[in-house]
Amino acid sequence: MNIPQELRYTAEHEWLREEDGVSTVGITAFAAESLGDVVYVQLPEVGSTLTAGSPCGEIESTKSVSELFAPATGEVVEINGGVVDEPELINSDPYGKGWLFRVRAAELPELLDADRYRELTEEA
Amino acid sequence: MTKKSPLHEVHTGLGALFTDFAGWSMPVRYASELAEHKAVREAAGLFDLSHMAEIELTGPEAARALDHALVGKLSAVSVGRARYSMLCAESGGVLDDLVVYRLAEEKYLVVANAGNAAVVAEALRERASGYDTEVTDRSAEVALIAVQGPNSPAIVGAVCDADLTALKYYASVPTTVAGHEVLLARTGYTGEDGFELYVDAAVAPEIWGVLAEAGQPHGLVPAGLACRDTLRLEAGMPLYGNELSTELTPFEAGLGRVVKFDKEEDFVGKAALARRRDAGAEQVLVGLTGTGRRAPRHGYSVLDGETVVGEITSGALSPTLGYPIAMAYVPPALSDPGAKLSVDIRGRVEPVEVVALPFYQR
Repeated sequence: MNIPQELRYTAEHEWLREEDGVSTVGITAFAAESLGDVVYVQLPEVGSTLTAGSPCGEIESTKSVSELFAPATGEVVEINGGVVDEPELINSDPYGKGWLFRVRAAELPELLDADRYRELTEEA
Repeated sequence: MTKKSPLHEVHTGLGALFTDFAGWSMPVRYASELAEHKAVREAAGLFDLSHMAEIELTGPEAARALDHALVGKLSAVSVGRARYSMLCAESGGVLDDLVVYRLAEEKYLVVANAGNAAVVAEALRERASGYDTEVTDRSAEVALIAVQGPNSPAIVGAVCDADLTALKYYASVPTTVAGHEVLLARTGYTGEDGFELYVDAAVAPEIWGVLAEAGQPHGLVPAGLACRDTLRLEAGMPLYGNELSTELTPFEAGLGRVVKFDKEEDFVGKAALARRRDAGAEQVLVGLTGTGRRAPRHGYSVLDGETVVGEITSGALSPTLGYPIAMAYVPPALSDPGAKLSVDIRGRVEPVEVVALPFYQR
């Protein structure tokens, strides 16, 4: 399973990449694989404020619907329109073109490093 | 304990993702269920359906016994042909939907859903008692492999010498594949031309391998239960547990034609089914299509204005058509194609329109 070393992770199978106070958020390859083919994604609106741990969107695959949880409290500064038009990018490139949104978080909650996240997926 | 298909190791080798299905661990998909779906529509897919139950009835009164046990007139089926039928309770409720093959004058093969295997085997034994016939559950020794899709005749034609041009839809013929006896049937659950091969469980991996190899130049890919479900939904085919249940009779499901009141044999459920036929169903099964990408799913409410009028039985974003499709039970007054209804999709109400089934036809 592909778990990039440089990213941080939540127990809800999201990844974060922080640059200059803005975090790019996506779901992990493990999550994408478990969901199956993603056919629809609903993302939070740009400008909306997220609360860590609260639902902020949904990801629908052919077989199931999953809520997307905000990994941090903060303002949504950008969403990935490409993934709305082509939800399959989440399966084909979860850490790249399949990113979901960018949030400016005042402070990041405690996140897992790649090794810890790998342990979590192995327990699952 | 979870049952495993005789092809389990083959699936593991192919990297399948497994799901628990009616007590069986079966492949849900190998890589992408959408790619598998597309392959079946455009080329061909290879399915393991070994979880299905196979029950044989043999003897001079096998035909009469089945006429009594099921709602169809199985005595009218010619040798070599098959028929879709149902096993109903005394109340008229559907205990299972099944396919019955007439293999010889005095020999039938009943193929039932995995989840209802025990119910069907027991009901057939009970209902056949008093008739000169023997009921044998062959499920453990029979594996079922399906090749479905437009390229399936080329693939199946390459591995056996059965005359496929003479083999009609809903017909079967005994043949040999790789030196092993198989029952080859032109049946399936995908809306495509396709074949089902009933084989000895012990040789199933070998036959799977022969088919996979013959299928390679024809775009054959292994296909799991996830795409089987979206394929059958596009084809408007009912799934037991979704569209069919003991709470419903064949008439609600729009399948009243499978009930043959004119047969000589009295059959289980006849009186209740006749009453339902005469009274008309209170809820009928319809097809619904939506716009956008959010799909109505099993259990979601169907609305007429603000009023809840029914429930979704199956739904998905159709991989072939690109828009949401669903089946639902609604009152007959709202069941005409073109009727505008809506569905509560997790708190957001989305418009849908009643359409004639199936959604997709090859």
